[in-house]
Amino acid sequence: MQIPTGTEPGVEGVVLKADVRDLDFYYGAFHALKKVSMPIHDHKVTALIGPSGCGKSTLLRCFNRMHDLYPGNRYAGGGIVLYPDNTNLLSPDVDPIEVRMRISMVFQKPNPFPKSIFENVAYSLRVRGMRNKNELDDRVEAALKEAALWNEVSGRLKELGANLSGGQQQRLCIARALASDPEIILFDEPTSALDPIATASIEELIIELKEKVTILIVTHNMQQAARISDFTAYMYLGEMIEFGVTDQIFIKPKKKATEDYITGRFG
Amino acid sequence: MTEHVSDRLSRKASRHVKERIIEFLLFGAAAFSVFITVAIVYVLVKESWVFFETVPLSDFLFDTQWTPLFDDAHYGIMVLLSGTLTSSGVALLVAIPLGTIIAIYLSEFAGFTVREVAKPFLELLGGVPTIVYGYFALTFITPLLQKFYPDLPGFNLLSAGLVMGIMIIPYVASLSEDAMRAVPMALREGSYAMGATRLQTALWVVTPAATSGIASAYILGISRAVGETMILAVAAGMQPNLTFNPTEPGATITSYIVQVALGDLPHGSIGYQTIFAAGLTLLLMTLAFNLLGYWLRKHYREVY
Ligand SMILES: Nc1ncnc2c1ncn2[C@@H]1O[C@H](COP(=O)(O)OP(=O)(O)O)[C@@H](O)[C@H]1O
Ligand SMILES: [Mg+2]
Repeated sequence: MQIPTGTEPGVEGVVLKADVRDLDFYYGAFHALKKVSMPIHDHKVTALIGPSGCGKSTLLRCFNRMHDLYPGNRYAGGGIVLYPDNTNLLSPDVDPIEVRMRISMVFQKPNPFPKSIFENVAYSLRVRGMRNKNELDDRVEAALKEAALWNEVSGRLKELGANLSGGQQQRLCIARALASDPEIILFDEPTSALDPIATASIEELIIELKEKVTILIVTHNMQQAARISDFTAYMYLGEMIEFGVTDQIFIKPKKKATEDYITGRFG
Repeated sequence: MTEHVSDRLSRKASRHVKERIIEFLLFGAAAFSVFITVAIVYVLVKESWVFFETVPLSDFLFDTQWTPLFDDAHYGIMVLLSGTLTSSGVALLVAIPLGTIIAIYLSEFAGFTVREVAKPFLELLGGVPTIVYGYFALTFITPLLQKFYPDLPGFNLLSAGLVMGIMIIPYVASLSEDAMRAVPMALREGSYAMGATRLQTALWVVTPAATSGIASAYILGISRAVGETMILAVAAGMQPNLTFNPTEPGATITSYIVQVALGDLPHGSIGYQTIFAAGLTLLLMTLAFNLLGYWLRKHYREVY
């Protein structure tokens, strides 16, 4: 794989889906992201790693404007350019709801809605105004298949989502995120609440999903980043320390700080 | 070394005694309230028993007149029940929609400042003595309604019910809002992350997630409406009237009980005995609503 030379699209073999440029973010007075830059490659898995509290979730939640929900949060400079639109999705005149329609998210702890399995997956479609029963049925089935959950739940779509096991709930949340055909899915430590078997099936799923969507995943588990990602970004104290092809980051990191973290000397 | 250990042991023992005393006091407080409840039920049942020795249960349930003080006495509780249900129905038609809308607004839309100002206001509304509401219904709402509907009698179930609804709004709103605010942020974030608007999130995720709490709020509202006395005694006329038409005057179970309790009927007379039978009916109704609330809570247990 070619190591990205620039963050602009158009370099041969490199297609960018988004590009974070000199992004500054504040929680009130707390400077949580400091001039962060990194490319997001189209149809690849990009992992964000770094010690707890370094700003991984903060960066991830900029992508779908989750920070807009809380007063006091501030995008203070730079931006995230979304391709092919070539627009800064953090710009104040971009509607956060439109951003979230295209960039979906799966959370750390499975958070199915208090609804049936079917309605959980149909939610993102209903939100978009889809009412046609047949179309909903088809899209829900397709999403559940893509999330490798269909075989387990096809006979019990009317049951509450909360009745499923933890791993199934997380796959339900992935199906929910997939149903509306997003361009990017953000994962914030999606397996940290799951057992090893459920974790393995989610990891496998994420690798398959990059055929369909671009994936950005936060993980505190370096082995996971190494297993599933194409690119890895190492963050520390709100700064982007190093970004590169995953193999390079894990085998030959350029920065001493990255190497210390990877080898477990720190973090 | 041994001394040290025994020292520690003895201190633990004394703490145990203190705990036992506190435990006993707490148990006493709980037992006392249970005792009072049992005593009330006992008196109601015992006195109603006396009543039903004279008046057959079938008359009580199916007679269409309530004239216990007349020579030709009839004891059809349906008459009072119709007044109670009609006024409560009007009240709930006001309180449930408005209370729910206010709760949704406060919990999901209002900013911090609005909420901090609005909540005490609501609670103030709930603290107004009901007699004030009664005269508000009689001297303000009824004349106002008569402007649009001149045939409306001076005493009627409609204005009493409307004002009762206003009185209940704070209970419904405040408890529903508590239930909605208890819904974890993670669920809302899940909804927003799917591209939902605030309104969609409020109606499709937060409200269903808070169902059991909201249902409890409604049940409390219903209990308040069914048990409300003063507003009806002042504004609804206290004339026993078998009707489900809110524009007519009517007596309710509660307003009848005040009427008799304030009158000078000799204790032990069958007329006096009616208030226990009426009170027992009220108690059974409230009990039924509470059981319903309990069942709803079990059934729609929050499943965050
Ligand atoms: N809502 C918030 N308000 C203020 N500070 C926050 C908030 N959320 C996170 N932080 C702080 O921002 C920093 C980055 O947090 P976060 O992005 O959650 O870290 P990570 O996901 O890498 O563990 C931490 O120091 C954290 O304490
Ligand atoms: Mg995090």
